[in-house]
Amino acid sequence: MTSLDVTMALVVGALFAAGVHLLLQRSLMRIVLGIILLGHGANLLLLEAGGPLGEPPITGGGPDVDVDAYSDPLPQAMALTAIVITFGVTTFLLALSHRSWRLTGHDEVQNDPEDRRIGDVAERADDDPAPHLPPEDRRDAG
Amino acid sequence: MRLALVALPVLVPLLAAGLSLIVSASTDRQRTVTLTALALVLADAIALLAVVERDGTIVVRAGDWAPPLGVVLVADLLAAMLLALAVLVALAVLLFAVGQDNADRGPGITVPYHPSYLVLVAGIALAFLAGDLFNLFVAFEMLLSASYVLITLDAGAGRVRAGMTYVITSLTSSLLFLTALGLVYSALGTVNLADLAVQAERLPPGLRTALSLMLLVVFGIKAAVVPLHFWLPDSYPTAPAPITAVFAALLTKVGVYAMVRTESLVFPRDGSWWVAAVLAVATMLVGILGAIAQDDINRLLSFTLVSHVGFMIFGLALSDVAGLTGTILYILHHITAQATLFLVAGLIVNAAGTAELSRMERGEGARRVHGVTALLFLVGGLSMAGIPPLSGFVAKFALLRAAAAHGGVAAYLLAGAALVTSVLTLYAMVRVWRGAFSPGLGEPLRLRRRPGVVLTMSAAVAMTLTGLGLAAAAGPLADMGERAATELVRPAGYRDAVLVGEGAGR
Repeated sequence: MTSLDVTMALVVGALFAAGVHLLLQRSLMRIVLGIILLGHGANLLLLEAGGPLGEPPITGGGPDVDVDAYSDPLPQAMALTAIVITFGVTTFLLALSHRSWRLTGHDEVQNDPEDRRIGDVAERADDDPAPHLPPEDRRDAG
Repeated sequence: MRLALVALPVLVPLLAAGLSLIVSASTDRQRTVTLTALALVLADAIALLAVVERDGTIVVRAGDWAPPLGVVLVADLLAAMLLALAVLVALAVLLFAVGQDNADRGPGITVPYHPSYLVLVAGIALAFLAGDLFNLFVAFEMLLSASYVLITLDAGAGRVRAGMTYVITSLTSSLLFLTALGLVYSALGTVNLADLAVQAERLPPGLRTALSLMLLVVFGIKAAVVPLHFWLPDSYPTAPAPITAVFAALLTKVGVYAMVRTESLVFPRDGSWWVAAVLAVATMLVGILGAIAQDDINRLLSFTLVSHVGFMIFGLALSDVAGLTGTILYILHHITAQATLFLVAGLIVNAAGTAELSRMERGEGARRVHGVTALLFLVGGLSMAGIPPLSGFVAKFALLRAAAAHGGVAAYLLAGAALVTSVLTLYAMVRVWRGAFSPGLGEPLRLRRRPGVVLTMSAAVAMTLTGLGLAAAAGPLADMGERAATELVRPAGYRDAVLVGEGAGR
């Protein structure tokens, strides 16, 4: 690694920052956008991992070629694979959010109601300490 | 021939997944394809285990590219053991799913189930066999993509909500993995695990720790280590019983396996590892306390799953041969025991008509829990709690002995937390027992004679027998686990096998 491209470092950093910020929002659409930005950031980072730019790899060749003049093809191959994967999964995520929107009519992430339900079970046991409820529920409510 | 043994567990399910889509018009044909493929893979995995056990590590170079650049599949003893058991569990769970489908006679398993299930198995096999970090990432993506489909099959509002949590969490961890990969490559110029093991030594210690912790976070999310576990009890219980069973048995273990592989091979350390020790204690205690508070049987079991991942980190934290032997035995035990319990929970919920323990205990919902179900739950539950002579006892004993031999504050802290967790696990299991069985036992069997019930029951019985078999074979298994752990602690064999030449392992 000879040098670091400052522009790319800033771009990757900005993509990650924006992605994480969006990921922490309540709206599903923003979360999906956040995932997309994070994916772009990670893929660019992977591409940057190959070092400075050079001649297109694979093309050319012959015994007396200066290897250092070419770009490192391995991170490019990995980034290509990763782009395909993020693309596929993002499509699935979009389909799932559409389904969620059709089912609930809004695109907010919903709470998990189970914790409150457990609290209710404990509360009922507290109001009516009948023998049919396990004792630990009663203790929890107290 | 030996090379084909390593490649087939990935190839067969993938090709079968394609075939399964072609014959998707007929459910029977889809089932035949899936069952045949998994039976073939199981035979292959057992043969692979036998060969690896006799001759040592087998390395396959895809396209005959030399290792540091090319893709390699590596079957060492640990990978072969886990692969064989994982495929066995996948086959048993498939039988359960087919049986439940027959029993329900409803829409049941839809067309995407079989291909997704096959891709899931291919991804799991690839994750165990992957010889480089990027291939491991691809394997994770394969099994996760399949699991996204499986967890949102036939999606109503509840399943979409849970699936959303699951997909977003997994995706975030995958992107973190990709980031870590980029950083590893720019620091070392390689992603091959064996090559990384050589190269990582010349990294500055700070950078090494940072990369190690980053991978720990990535695999920690997949393995549901506290405090990265919140997604698991939220999403797993909503899926149908067989899907939850296969996820709980295999997906978290793949995360633990990746953690063990990278931390022992690339970032080996002397003495106890404090971060992992703290995580293990927190995971064990937080998980089991969460389980005790639950009212839904599947959520209770999911929290138990989180708690018992802590036991596997326990052995990793000691990072010596005895500790890693304990981890390996625990992974083997937990794959079978957790799958059994989720399958049995499926039978209970089917019979009782509700998943809520408080309602079961009050006698709401029909009481048709079969006596055999109670017996199966008893064996699985006691095994989880570590009652001798079941497989849980063997694994926990190995861990506790490793802690005692290791000595030091961290080891005793871990051992104490493990004992408390075991007792609390027993308490959680007793809660399920009281809810599900105490009012209903002794009643005459009123099992509805439906086609398929026999199949679900025999799948659960097969899993229980596998667990008992693990306990019966504890001696040879512990020897094999110790050999696998020795290979992990002395990675020179793995390095030579991959980098120097095929079959030069050990």
